[in-house]
Amino acid sequence: MSGISKIKDRLKAFLIELGDLSYFTGRFFREVFKRPFEIKELLGQCYNMGNRSLLLVGITCFIIGLVLDLQTRPTLMEFGAVSWMPSMVSISIVREIGPIITALVCAGRIGSGIGAELGSMRVTEQIDAMEVSGTNPFKYLVVTRVLAVTLMLPLLVIIGDAIALFGSFLVENLKGNVSFTLYFNQVFDSIEFGDIIPAIIKSSFFGLAIGIVGCYKGYYCAKGTEGVGKAANSAVVVSSLLLFIIDFIAVFVTDIFYDL
Amino acid sequence: MNDKQNISHSEIVLQIKDLHKSFGDNHVLKGFNMSLYQGENLVIIGKSGSGKSVMIKCLVGLMEADSGSITVMKNDITKLTQEALDILRADIGFLFQGSALYDSMTVRENLEFPLRRHSKKFSKNADTEALVLEALTSVGLAHAIDLMPSELSGGMKRRVALARTLILQPKIILYDEPTSGLDPITAKEIIILMQDIQKKYNTSSLIITHDMDCARVISDRMLLLIDGIDYAVGSFATLSASKDPKIRAFFKN
Ligand SMILES: Nc1ncnc2c1ncn2[C@@H]1O[C@H](COP(=O)(O)OP(=O)(O)OP(=O)(O)O)[C@@H](O)[C@H]1O
Ligand SMILES: [Mg+2]
Repeated sequence: MSGISKIKDRLKAFLIELGDLSYFTGRFFREVFKRPFEIKELLGQCYNMGNRSLLLVGITCFIIGLVLDLQTRPTLMEFGAVSWMPSMVSISIVREIGPIITALVCAGRIGSGIGAELGSMRVTEQIDAMEVSGTNPFKYLVVTRVLAVTLMLPLLVIIGDAIALFGSFLVENLKGNVSFTLYFNQVFDSIEFGDIIPAIIKSSFFGLAIGIVGCYKGYYCAKGTEGVGKAANSAVVVSSLLLFIIDFIAVFVTDIFYDL
Repeated sequence: MNDKQNISHSEIVLQIKDLHKSFGDNHVLKGFNMSLYQGENLVIIGKSGSGKSVMIKCLVGLMEADSGSITVMKNDITKLTQEALDILRADIGFLFQGSALYDSMTVRENLEFPLRRHSKKFSKNADTEALVLEALTSVGLAHAIDLMPSELSGGMKRRVALARTLILQPKIILYDEPTSGLDPITAKEIIILMQDIQKKYNTSSLIITHDMDCARVISDRMLLLIDGIDYAVGSFATLSASKDPKIRAFFKN
């Protein structure tokens, strides 16, 4: 009995949260085109986010590129198809692995950062102080941050892709004596705009999700210091989950386009 | 002492009538009334959790009241558009309970922040730098202009927050516990600052405090917020002579 009512409560809380999050997203789209555009804050945030996550994205993608190559190599070797390595690796990196790995790293790095920052601003009444001094805190804090992640994530993904490919090239070069030109010639032969464009669009949706969830969690942070920790934490959990859902939808949608 | 008699004849700049506010089952304000006259210092006293901060937040539209009317300089703030409210807010200074300095910005940027939107209030060529310096000098912290809030002590933060409140030259200042968390000496300095400001700019002030010394020194009138209503209003002398046990409890020492 109590088990069922507990599930009911959970479900209700989940639906309410989903509603609030949708409302928050709607508000973002309503305010994003309105003046004043906080350009300076937007650029500052772009710089900040790129700067804070570039190294992490670089290291992660480099290792993923290495590992992916090392692990696929023996299988292809069995079929005598090692020469296909560059095409195979590049397609899986560009289409899927680059975007999702970069997005997950950024959810941890940027999403939690936004959640904690806005959360502590809420708790220490800095958001209220902004509001009474005539600046719309939603525009100044939320819109700029969400836009910044949405713009920066595709950029980070492109850089991440390049670094991952370089990692895979190193393995090929050491194990298979493939030259730089040969490797990347093959890479560029096998990837098409049809791979890159959907991946970039997908990445900006990833960024949007990270930004919206991080801001939402921070902006409505519960009072008290534990509220800030919770905001940062749930920002990461919820946005990571959302990333996979978006990824699933994106793959579905691009598949339809490929069939056309 | 003449001043204080004149106050009751001067105009009302801020008025709350029958304010109600609840959070779920927690009925915080249950019909609160208050008037603030031009040029006076009204001190509001109440137990922790009695709803003082909630009341002051309703006053500036940071929280929505359940019912009741709030009039600020003849404008009913519950009926204003966002834009009109923002313009009105430039005339109301708000000192937050915890200072609420923006900790990602330097002291200078903190003070410049309110000017971003309200530069209209000053002539076109008014120099931001000069305004910032003037406000900081009036709280005695001109040398801290390039420090970050994390590098300031609690008392310095309170002063910077006060400077940030002053920079728009508000007509009404709302102080939410201006001396809380400060040692008695620093608290006294803040009180003196508040008095100076009042003389210099002829502001009307609403001061929320727990600090009876502060209340005695600064108040023209006092209001006791008990059980969600304006339980008693009067001068420090009258209230401290009251026989009502609920009022006496505040004047124990
Ligand atoms: N955003 C909120 N959501 C729910 N309850 C709230 C909220 N803000 C305040 N309250 C409740 O309202 C009551 C009054 O809080 P308030 O902050 O106004 O007290 P206060 O008189 O300012 O106390 P203090 O002197 O400690 O600052 C408290 O019981 C508090 O739990
Ligand atoms: Mg309070």
